[in-house]
Amino acid sequence: MAVHKKELEVAALENGTVIDHIPSNQLFKVVSLLGLEHINKSITIGNNLISKKIGHKGIIKIADTFFKEDEINKIALIAPNAKINIIKDYQVIEKRVVTLPDELIGIIHCNNPKCITNNEPMNTVFRVIDKETITVKCKYCERAISQKDIEIR
Amino acid sequence: MRSESLVSITDYSKEEILDLLEQAKKFEENPNRKVLEGKVIATLFFEPSTRTRLSFETAVNRLGGRVIGFSDASTTSSTKGETLKDTIMMVSNYVDLIIMRHYLDGAARYASEVSSIPIINAGDGANQHPSQTMLDLYSIYKTQGKLEGLNITMVGDLKYGRTVHSLLMAMSHFKPTFHFVAPEELKMPEEYKIYCNKLGIPYQEHQDFTEDVINQADILYMTRVQRERFTDLMEYEKVKNIYTLHNQMLENSKPNLRILHPLPRVNEIAYDVDDNPKAYYFEQAKNGLYARQAIICKVLGIEI
Repeated sequence: MAVHKKELEVAALENGTVIDHIPSNQLFKVVSLLGLEHINKSITIGNNLISKKIGHKGIIKIADTFFKEDEINKIALIAPNAKINIIKDYQVIEKRVVTLPDELIGIIHCNNPKCITNNEPMNTVFRVIDKETITVKCKYCERAISQKDIEIR
Repeated sequence: MRSESLVSITDYSKEEILDLLEQAKKFEENPNRKVLEGKVIATLFFEPSTRTRLSFETAVNRLGGRVIGFSDASTTSSTKGETLKDTIMMVSNYVDLIIMRHYLDGAARYASEVSSIPIINAGDGANQHPSQTMLDLYSIYKTQGKLEGLNITMVGDLKYGRTVHSLLMAMSHFKPTFHFVAPEELKMPEEYKIYCNKLGIPYQEHQDFTEDVINQADILYMTRVQRERFTDLMEYEKVKNIYTLHNQMLENSKPNLRILHPLPRVNEIAYDVDDNPKAYYFEQAKNGLYARQAIICKVLGIEI
């Protein structure tokens, strides 16, 4: 039965968070960025699912877990078109898009080898200087990094 | 006045910069003021530097303070693997102010975050060197009588030269016109041109260092074209003498023109320029003392 096929592919969630429209090649980066490997609730991960919007997509369903807005917004760095659905009693009670926060702490690796952050045990801090093109600037060495060169720590 | 670290020249507003220049003028009138009596200042030089360290230490001594520190990191516990944080935490327990030069970019910002006392950045890798910028500004102000509306021509290595980048940022408060003279490989980076565009600051780029460019200038800011910056040494050989200033090139320059150079120079200013009254680079270095005295007092919240 074609109508129910989707439900079989990814199980429905009673309560929790669904992150949808993740580009397939970024799915596992999103998993590690959110530290999902440390969550002991049931998590369903689907990848390379057919999407009308982006071709192939990934989806993550996390049961009984609700993220703070700042915490989930950091995925905008690698999945700017991701959609967040908050589920309660099998109903979507809130839909959100992710927006890049102004400051990213401990997420990005500074690609300047002479930057202090690569030589001391410390967090990196990046300020988003252009939200459209996703350009960030290291608070310490003051180098700007554009989206294609951003490396997650 | 608040007591706060100085890491980058962009930490200061236009008003704060102008205020510092007024203070520097007072120190030039009388550099011996015992306002640091009873204070101990650390100069931590993880990377060697003659000019900057000596001028900071002279500044402290003339203000009646005492100096501790090192001028070579190989004699310190950083060679035993001590982190910068631990060194700063330890030293900030002993002294009233830390003046630091470090070989890593961003070291000064980080030190200012972990330290309980103010930090003055005396150069962090290729990143910032705000006291150099203050002495450049003071030299421009002193020789031109103003900072507003000047033609600033920067020559040489505009890509890696941190002094030109900081000077550009600082001068942007004062409606300048910039001329950037550099070989293709050492052009002013895109981000600084975007910065000028955003603020509506006019600039022109030149590959040739001609008298036509020199004759329009109020300030000629020369920098060293370093051999090690070139991937292609043939390219270096081609350009190394093009950006050398000779005395006869100054024949039709403006009477108020002054030639600045952060020093050390190698061959970018010929020795025959030294006797020209428009050569200002040695006095510029002397101004470093007054600019640094002004910075030290501002950072410590001392009014004179």
